[in-house]
Amino acid sequence: MDIIAIQNAFAAALVDPGQPAPAGITTARGKPDEKRFAVYRNNVAVGLTRALESRFPVTRQLVGADFFAGMARAFIAGHKPASPLIFAYGGDFPDFVAGFAPAAGLPYLADVARLEAAWTHAYHAADAVPLAIATLAGLDGERLAVARLTVHPAAALLRSCFPTGSIWQAHQGDIAGSASFSGGECVLVTRPEFDVRVHVLPPRDAPFAEALFGGLTLGEAAERTAAEPEFDFGAALVGLIGLGAFAGVRMEGG
Amino acid sequence: MKALHNPHLPWRAGLGLKPEHYADILSARPDVGFFEVHAENYMGDGGAPHRALAAIAERYPISLHGIGLSIGAARPLDRQHLARLRALIDRYRPHSFSEHLAWSTHDAGFLNDVLPLPYTAETLERVSAHVDEAQQATGCQLLLENPSSYVLFDDSTIDEIDFLDAIAERSGCGLLLDVNNVMVSAVNHGLDPYAYMDRFPVERVGEIHLAGYDETVDGAGERLLIDAHGSKVRDDVFALYRHTIARCGPVATLIEWDNDVPTFPLLLAEARRADSVLATAAGRREPMRRRA
Repeated sequence: MDIIAIQNAFAAALVDPGQPAPAGITTARGKPDEKRFAVYRNNVAVGLTRALESRFPVTRQLVGADFFAGMARAFIAGHKPASPLIFAYGGDFPDFVAGFAPAAGLPYLADVARLEAAWTHAYHAADAVPLAIATLAGLDGERLAVARLTVHPAAALLRSCFPTGSIWQAHQGDIAGSASFSGGECVLVTRPEFDVRVHVLPPRDAPFAEALFGGLTLGEAAERTAAEPEFDFGAALVGLIGLGAFAGVRMEGG
Repeated sequence: MKALHNPHLPWRAGLGLKPEHYADILSARPDVGFFEVHAENYMGDGGAPHRALAAIAERYPISLHGIGLSIGAARPLDRQHLARLRALIDRYRPHSFSEHLAWSTHDAGFLNDVLPLPYTAETLERVSAHVDEAQQATGCQLLLENPSSYVLFDDSTIDEIDFLDAIAERSGCGLLLDVNNVMVSAVNHGLDPYAYMDRFPVERVGEIHLAGYDETVDGAGERLLIDAHGSKVRDDVFALYRHTIARCGPVATLIEWDNDVPTFPLLLAEARRADSVLATAAGRREPMRRRA
């Protein structure tokens, strides 16, 4: 058998526990041994499960270690990493969680996983100096209205129908909080320097933040939020910039 | 052919660099010969991993150990991955660059393990070409690591040591001698680990790896060792290491402990154990044979 055929057969048996060890695999006794081949299967499964456990620790706490292991196994069966960069593995795990029927009783679970995926993305994102409010101070009202803000490479905004940010915060540290939450939240993940931060935005600022993350101009974003009675354009803008949501300002283009 | 960059690591014990130890290392500046990183963990764009590695590389020699190049794959090497390795080498100027005699990429995806290959004329040709390509792309001599394995291939026609030696001869690469892998494979395939070690071309060895194995039994109830990297170096592996150093003189020696990572002081104690063996052999070795 040539090497392409050997590796095709090896890989096919590796990813399908229902298959026997491939032909041509043997032992010093001269006889194949399923338990030995299973070591490779187990290494792949355990390695990828560990990667998901380390990227989604709160998701795991919410469902328990055994449930998480089962959910991870189901995900891994259909999703092998696209590259050797294992820290990036599981970007599509939250979508899988959303459709994972046994977890349907925890409708917020997928959003917590999305927040955790955004956290790792922020941790490894490119370094960039956050936009300083002073950069905008030189712009007059007319130019400010047509300015668009460039989202910081580490920043992500998650709009959830559930109190996702509060649930996540309650599971930081050794002892899980027991506070009860309700209502949706808009969560901003940033990494102004090297520490990843998670912020729950005031509800009145959420549409404005979404508009800016969507690439609208400051003027368009302000118009969109005009109906919010409590909304304060200056406070919202200074707040988002101060949290490190943006890396720059540009005057044209979408 | 371009000249390859091949500085060597100090003949000391080194440790695998783990994020949970960044603060310990940067605040206490422990006396450690070098730190080794898994290249793929530092292939993100920025953030804390790069900041820590940059600070540690200013103070210690760095060994760059790849786990994802898939040198033993039937398919061509991933050019994008080679470029990522080159970028890391240019940025951190490691004192050693190593990879495995194994494969991990396939159409099925990245298989996240170091998988074995048969030793044949065809795979010898393929692996030698891949090593050569990796060295040319990175500008750096590569150390190729002997694998641990749980199975054998009916198709194999070449002895593992002869296979490694031939790749080194053809490509000019060096070898990374993993003493734990020697023990694991020897036990799993009914061979004598000391006989293996006494035949190994030690003049090509630029680095040694030590790690802990787990133990189980196979389908026939025979001892099966698992290359687990989750414990102290086992006594029999450490004895084999002493034998190896007595034979070849001091070589940069890494303690690999990647799972259930211990506290930094416990890891440091493992390094001290290896350092004491290296000290007994000091002055008994010339640097690894260089490529002409």
